[in-house]
Amino acid sequence: MTADAPAPSRPVIDPRGPRFGAAITTVVLAVALLLSGTVVGTVLVAWQAIAFGLGALVGLQAQPYGIVFRRLVRPRLSPPREMEDAAPPRFAQVVGLIFMVVALIALVAGLGIVATIAVALALAAAFLNAAFNFCLGCEMYLVWARLRHS
Amino acid sequence: MNSIWVVVGVLALATAFGLWFRRVNGRVRDSGAMVPMAGPDDPPAAIQSSSPQTLALAEALTGRLGERATIVQFSSAFCQPCRATRRIVEEACVIIPGVSHVEIDAEENLELVRALDIRRTPTVLFLDRTGAVRKQASGQPRKADVIAALGEILPGGTPDFEI
Repeated sequence: MTADAPAPSRPVIDPRGPRFGAAITTVVLAVALLLSGTVVGTVLVAWQAIAFGLGALVGLQAQPYGIVFRRLVRPRLSPPREMEDAAPPRFAQVVGLIFMVVALIALVAGLGIVATIAVALALAAAFLNAAFNFCLGCEMYLVWARLRHS
Repeated sequence: MNSIWVVVGVLALATAFGLWFRRVNGRVRDSGAMVPMAGPDDPPAAIQSSSPQTLALAEALTGRLGERATIVQFSSAFCQPCRATRRIVEEACVIIPGVSHVEIDAEENLELVRALDIRRTPTVLFLDRTGAVRKQASGQPRKADVIAALGEILPGGTPDFEI
């Protein structure tokens, strides 16, 4: 976090950050589902797409929930036992972004059921990450790599 | 409202899955399907059984088998528990001499990953001294389970160490 610290060869993060972000994502997507069909519901899906998009395309340091964690939560916690590679949670942001883009396209196209399914799957993934430390994007990674190079 | 039931249903299903995952993740189990079971007096299972899986693994481990047992860990960059698993296995190898730890990058060895049907990282294989896969775990195993698994596959039964 300090500016004068030597830059690590690979970016590392506090592992509690992505879990905190997953908890906020869980709440946002649950409310988005409850308000599905309303303007607020669509705005929440769009907001979550922006949040995932910043984390996936710019980097975790630009992810809004990560910024909240670093500014407001982390200063109140003791230092983590070990830092973790930033690549897995960033890949998870990409997976989340894909679900949100599918949901938004479906909403625009008037396919409400498709949007509900996409948001529901993303909600399940975010909840599993927050509650059980289960990273769906990470688990999918090797299966995806096997298929891609087959 | 219909949507409240969607939210309740999703969270209930995810909770059930999460509890199941917590129970099975990293559990060490016998791997009967991968290699024919070898009896205690019939060690050269890896030589006798020449399935493609066994051959692929034997080729990858040439010269790297441990004296008494080998732990093969498949890892990838996109794997948070791989680092903790490496530490656990290395600690077990310190306690129990004659066991080697071989870490294989899953993404760079996709042929082998396919041959062994490995779907997750970390996946940990426990090989006896002949190189036959006797036990395996997918997900981060507990240290006590790693030591117990080694105790079962080491030649001569229970090893002489204290936890």
